[in-house]
Amino acid sequence: MATKTIKVDYLARVEGEGALNVVIRDGKVREAELRIFEPPRFFEAFLRGRAYSEAPDITARICGICPVAYQMSAVHAMEDALGINVGGPLRELRRLLYCGEWIESHTLHIYMLHAPDFLGYEGAIEMARDHAEIVKRGLALKKTGNALMSLVGGREVHPINVRVGGFYRAPSKREMRVMLDDLKQARDQALETVRWVSRFDFPERARNYEFVSLSHPDEYPLNGGRIVSNRGLNIPVREYDDHFVETHVAHSTALHSHIRERGAYLVGPLARFALNYDRLTPLARDAARAAGLTSPCTNPYRSIVVRAVEVLYACDEAIRIIEGYEEPDRPFVPAEVHAGTGYAATEAPRGMLYHRYRIADDGAILDAQIVPPTSQNQPSIEEDLRLLIDGWVDLPEDELRHRCEQTVRNYDPCISCSTHFLDLRIDRG
Amino acid sequence: MATRVIGIGHPDRGDDAVGRVVAARLMGMPGIEVIETDGEAAKLLDLMEGADCVIIADAALSGASPGAVRRLDAAAQPVPQPMFAASSHAVGLAESIELARILDRLPRRCIIFAIEAQDFTLGAGLSPVVAAAVDRVVGAILGEIGVWVDA
Repeated sequence: MATKTIKVDYLARVEGEGALNVVIRDGKVREAELRIFEPPRFFEAFLRGRAYSEAPDITARICGICPVAYQMSAVHAMEDALGINVGGPLRELRRLLYCGEWIESHTLHIYMLHAPDFLGYEGAIEMARDHAEIVKRGLALKKTGNALMSLVGGREVHPINVRVGGFYRAPSKREMRVMLDDLKQARDQALETVRWVSRFDFPERARNYEFVSLSHPDEYPLNGGRIVSNRGLNIPVREYDDHFVETHVAHSTALHSHIRERGAYLVGPLARFALNYDRLTPLARDAARAAGLTSPCTNPYRSIVVRAVEVLYACDEAIRIIEGYEEPDRPFVPAEVHAGTGYAATEAPRGMLYHRYRIADDGAILDAQIVPPTSQNQPSIEEDLRLLIDGWVDLPEDELRHRCEQTVRNYDPCISCSTHFLDLRIDRG
Repeated sequence: MATRVIGIGHPDRGDDAVGRVVAARLMGMPGIEVIETDGEAAKLLDLMEGADCVIIADAALSGASPGAVRRLDAAAQPVPQPMFAASSHAVGLAESIELARILDRLPRRCIIFAIEAQDFTLGAGLSPVVAAAVDRVVGAILGEIGVWVDA
């Protein structure tokens, strides 16, 4: 029997450590396992007994790339538990902070981690030797995202200005307006990025995904909305546990998520784009159309283009927020502490991030549940490997290995987040 | 112009913190600008920008004996990549330095002190043999800066 195993012992250009195991029998992919072996991190356990107010700062430490997502899901969940509502300029500031993280995180993935796959380079350094100006554009764009995070979050990594109810300090109108020139330049760079990636050579592949994202009537989703899917799911966030289930699998330290009734689903840029296309700004929609994207986009290899469209959207949205900004009367909404359970989901760059907390009368956390996007996407990543690489199984080992890695990188997986590190094995027998 | 000392690492991942511990020890000294960072490539490039002289302290995993300290002149020659493979980031220190060189953003003087690590257990402090190297690296950095001032 013609069998082979492709094995990648340490997956490059992903955040964290993990491995990939693909077993091929008679020209067909029989098994595909994304093995995550980064040690479990027990964040949910050590949140127990801490004060409700500490959750945003503790959970931000789960990830150096998307700390804002953790902070946002944490504060929204605590506010849900305490029955407070944060609106007006404070809500706009939260969206602005999130725009900074989307710009920063997506741009890092597009330029440094994913583009080399399409252009045939080993990595960003080799790409930079031939395309220095392009890499410089990416770094400049990312830097503007970082600057936004510093402005609203107090610093670039693990922002310190976020608290339950709002912020410790709200930026002044003047501090905000200083960012406008850089952001307008970033918007031009983002538009160039969409054009650049849209000219890459994409494998012709499609998947029939169940897309899941937040959906809000008036906004492209960041900080709020209902959980919806293209197969009829439409629920408030507090019903998450009724419809989604996490299970342990032997080959991974990250839990796998499924929709109870149907199985694997997909979160992240492709899902948001499919379910919220009409709420992008006209500039972002036009750029998507000109880049040859239609909604829904079911080709995961085109996710890099969707990611670029989202960077453009985030620049556009950040400009809108800054231009309309009025300083809030106070930087946070005060809350009276009492027992309760709070639920929240926000849109991390890689997809929906769910938090649930139960707190005691004195505000101590009794239990916590955190479901990061990479855990949710892990079953879909494995299905992609089973279904999409069949046409490539006769390729030489190196090329097949590259296709497998590229397929995983479509997801910008953040393995550090989902464990609670990557290595590829292809078994051809 | 101040010399910029950049300490790289994860503060709570055992010996990975050693670069940051070295940097923290230099905090407040005249003529030195101290920065601690997690080592993410694009950020590191930004942190080197505008500096004439940069000294980087980071944990290394190269098979040398734990606590061994090596001085690498990054401005003069490429940094051996496997030495810093311990980064959990997608692009490590050696790649960041090469990227800076290609993009013409490498400071005129760029010295790396690589401290061989022993253990990367989350939540563990520095292992004694690595902690014992901190003073030597701090002394070496001060010596380095003395030389630059004299030059």
